Amino acid sequence: MKVTILQFPGTNCEYDTQHAFEQLGATTEIVWHKAETLPSDTNLLVVAGGFSYGDYLRSGAIAKFSPVMKAVTEYANKGGKVLGICNGFQVLTEAGLLPGALKRNDGLHFISKHHTLKVENNDNVFLEKLNNGDIVNIPIAHHDGNYYIDEAGLADLEANGQILLRYTDTKGELKNPNGSVSSIAGVCNKSKNVFGLMPHPERAMESILGSDDGVKMLEGFLAS
Amino acid sequence: MITAIVNVSLKAGVLDSQGKAVHHALDSLQFAGVEDVRVGKQIVLKITETDKEKAMAEVTKMCEEILANTVIEDYTIELI
Repeated sequence: MKVTILQFPGTNCEYDTQHAFEQLGATTEIVWHKAETLPSDTNLLVVAGGFSYGDYLRSGAIAKFSPVMKAVTEYANKGGKVLGICNGFQVLTEAGLLPGALKRNDGLHFISKHHTLKVENNDNVFLEKLNNGDIVNIPIAHHDGNYYIDEAGLADLEANGQILLRYTDTKGELKNPNGSVSSIAGVCNKSKNVFGLMPHPERAMESILGSDDGVKMLEGFLAS
Repeated sequence: MITAIVNVSLKAGVLDSQGKAVHHALDSLQFAGVEDVRVGKQIVLKITETDKEKAMAEVTKMCEEILANTVIEDYTIELI
């Protein structure tokens, strides 16, 4: 299992992501954004979190024109598995690989804390190790995590089972930290090979550090 | 030389939290009679094209491709 992790100027979660996947037994490679091709043995491509290009203009807006993004789009269109975490999610929506957009948090503050999430749809490689309705405890750390999609788009997401995770309290009741439409924390594309979420599963790998619920999420990719 | 002034703001119907916060601040400073506040950004481009029609087409393309995210934002272009 080979996990390729993208690195833009300003990315800062690439080493955490690498550590998390290596802990699960994967081999990894960090690829600089100037690369025009991806390693041919890539089984999963991760767009890691951080602040690509300092979030200038909009989060993820400049990164989508990096040379490597052409290869990423080709890889995704061929059915390759792509996971965008936090800023990676923003990059994938900007690039049009995932529906919707991420706006400034409603409270205008940067939020950094553990948050509980409910698994909404597990019929995909990302969440197949979890059950629908499971509650996981995963850290969030973002300023622009307020997911927006119009009503028609939301109905499509619901109908196709593209909503992966929602922000909830520990009992599974909706609890919205940032104003996201329908409390959405993560979505996938229609063909369920491109995934994006604002929370950081790679930061929830050790119970001694607060939670190891990220293990079951990332493991899904290794099993397939 | 043409100067293009591009204004980008959240679409009507998309909640503008910054606008709302500014509105609250204006209220607390007792500026009465403000019904709504929207915060946007302005991008000023100096372009070498001298034909206004061509310049407009080019800047529109820039807005669609990068300057605005049309999922959540609207833009206006003024050429001077």
